[in-house]
Amino acid sequence: MSAYFLHLAILGGIYIILAISLNLIIGYAGQVSLGHAAFFGIGAYISALTSLYWGFPFLLAALSAILFSGVCGLLLGLPTLRLKEDYLAIVTLGFGVIVDLVFLNLEITGGPDGLAGIPSPRILGLSFRSPVMYLFLTLFMVLLTLALTYRLVHSYHGRALRAIRDHEVTAQVMGINTPAYKVAIFTLAAALAGLAGSLYAHYITFINPESFGLHTSILALCMVVLGGMGSIAGAVVGALALTVLPELLRSFKAYQDLIYGGLLVALLIWRPEGLLGRGKLSLKFISRE
Amino acid sequence: MTLLAVNELSKYFGGVKAVDGVSFGVDHGEIVGLIGPNGAGKTTCFNLISGLLTPTRGSVSLLGHSLGGLAPYYRSRRGLARTFQNIQLFGGMDVLENVLTGCHQRQEIGAFRALWPGRGVRRAETRAEERARELLALVGLAERADFPADALAYGEQRRLEIARALAQEPRLLMLDEPAAGLNSRETEDLMTLLQELRERGITLLIIEHDMTLIMGLCHRVVVLDHGQVIAAGPPSEIRRDPRVIEAYLGREEDDGDL
Ligand SMILES: Nc1ncnc2c1ncn2[C@@H]1O[C@H](COP(=O)(O)OP(=O)(O)O)[C@@H](O)[C@H]1O
Ligand SMILES: [Mg+2]
Repeated sequence: MSAYFLHLAILGGIYIILAISLNLIIGYAGQVSLGHAAFFGIGAYISALTSLYWGFPFLLAALSAILFSGVCGLLLGLPTLRLKEDYLAIVTLGFGVIVDLVFLNLEITGGPDGLAGIPSPRILGLSFRSPVMYLFLTLFMVLLTLALTYRLVHSYHGRALRAIRDHEVTAQVMGINTPAYKVAIFTLAAALAGLAGSLYAHYITFINPESFGLHTSILALCMVVLGGMGSIAGAVVGALALTVLPELLRSFKAYQDLIYGGLLVALLIWRPEGLLGRGKLSLKFISRE
Repeated sequence: MTLLAVNELSKYFGGVKAVDGVSFGVDHGEIVGLIGPNGAGKTTCFNLISGLLTPTRGSVSLLGHSLGGLAPYYRSRRGLARTFQNIQLFGGMDVLENVLTGCHQRQEIGAFRALWPGRGVRRAETRAEERARELLALVGLAERADFPADALAYGEQRRLEIARALAQEPRLLMLDEPAAGLNSRETEDLMTLLQELRERGITLLIIEHDMTLIMGLCHRVVVLDHGQVIAAGPPSEIRRDPRVIEAYLGREEDDGDL
């Protein structure tokens, strides 16, 4: 296996976790989030900082990242998930921008230079410095994420979420605590994005705010929409496609965003449910009904 | 014993007094009809009772406990279930899943345990499914279990809504115009179903324009007009009440016939 292929596979795995987590919010709970990269970044920074300053071993650092991102998701979700979709879009967008600014301006996060020298994971004496080992670690986390989300959407919770997406008021009449579900899903999604961030930080070993800005939020959104809303397999396909595609289009780097944009528009026109999805992207926050 | 007590309930939409000082009660095991011309405030009453609207004044209590300020999902747990005048099924699900959604609050499995695959979880899901199928059989939709909900005929959708509400195992089932849009054959089937529910001792509050259905089924009828109760009593009295006749005959647009 070439080193380059390994690199793409690891990044692909990390983006699969990110896309699945965002798909929980968008595809399953039917909410909007335009700032998901913020949780990805929070996870990356927390994991890096706890390893660098407190010498946390990888698993503990990753756990801290998951918990901290999850709590941030909870704190953002509690007041905002009562909002209508269009406001939620603005709030999450704003949150993404603010978190990015925080990374950029805090001393402890290293400002625009970011953090370097993030240690490679070591678990029970086993080093994950080599790309092959890191790929195994990433695949393990991807499988955990897949198992958790699969169980979630195939349990009665999944049914409750689909009910909320279909008809929120009627879901309430069925005894489904819709605010609690929305906050719980938002929290879980933030926590999983934190895990993805942790994996990213310890793989690249160098992070700066650039990797966690609006661009990444949009990229994650594209992965979900391309693969298909409300489909786990779709999120996997979308994440892999948009990890590999930019590499294929490397020589057109200047046009990359243009191509993404064009792809997204084309998809919304010809196949609004994505490659494998069931639900359509809710554009209610753009066109008020 | 009073199950549901509605006390001086009012709802104003701007200047429109949709519900204006309405009081009535429903006893355990009783079937009560809520009738009145279009725009009388019947659906608004249901929305107030089930918590989809906040009353301007007045209160609703179930078994002596006030429901004031409780969100719809808590009221549903206290034992209220309802159907909608304009059918509100989960269109993205099949028929069986719609009924299973009604079972949501009766889960035997905790929120976290549900994520862990295991025999207990599977068994609970199987039991819920069996119950859902029984209810589908009760409303005559056993063969439709795997159909997408929005592929059902209109009358079937109405019955599916009833099955879904029954899955909540409610203390009080509120039906908002269950016969609306049904042909005479379907209305007869509905009547049979409601009689079956009556025999099972299920407490019902029914909004309906079909007077044969109301008169044949209800123990008591409450008549609303312009948001106010203008008469209440057994069907035989209501039929002869001059105020009721006046309310109905005074308007052309009503499909209600006494
Ligand atoms: N959400 C609302 N906003 C404003 N007016 C409403 C609303 N809901 C109902 N109304 C008005 O309240 C009155 C009662 O409506 P409704 O309860 O639906 O009557 P019914 O079910 O008896 O036909 C009508 O005049 C209706 O226009
Ligand atoms: Mg009505």
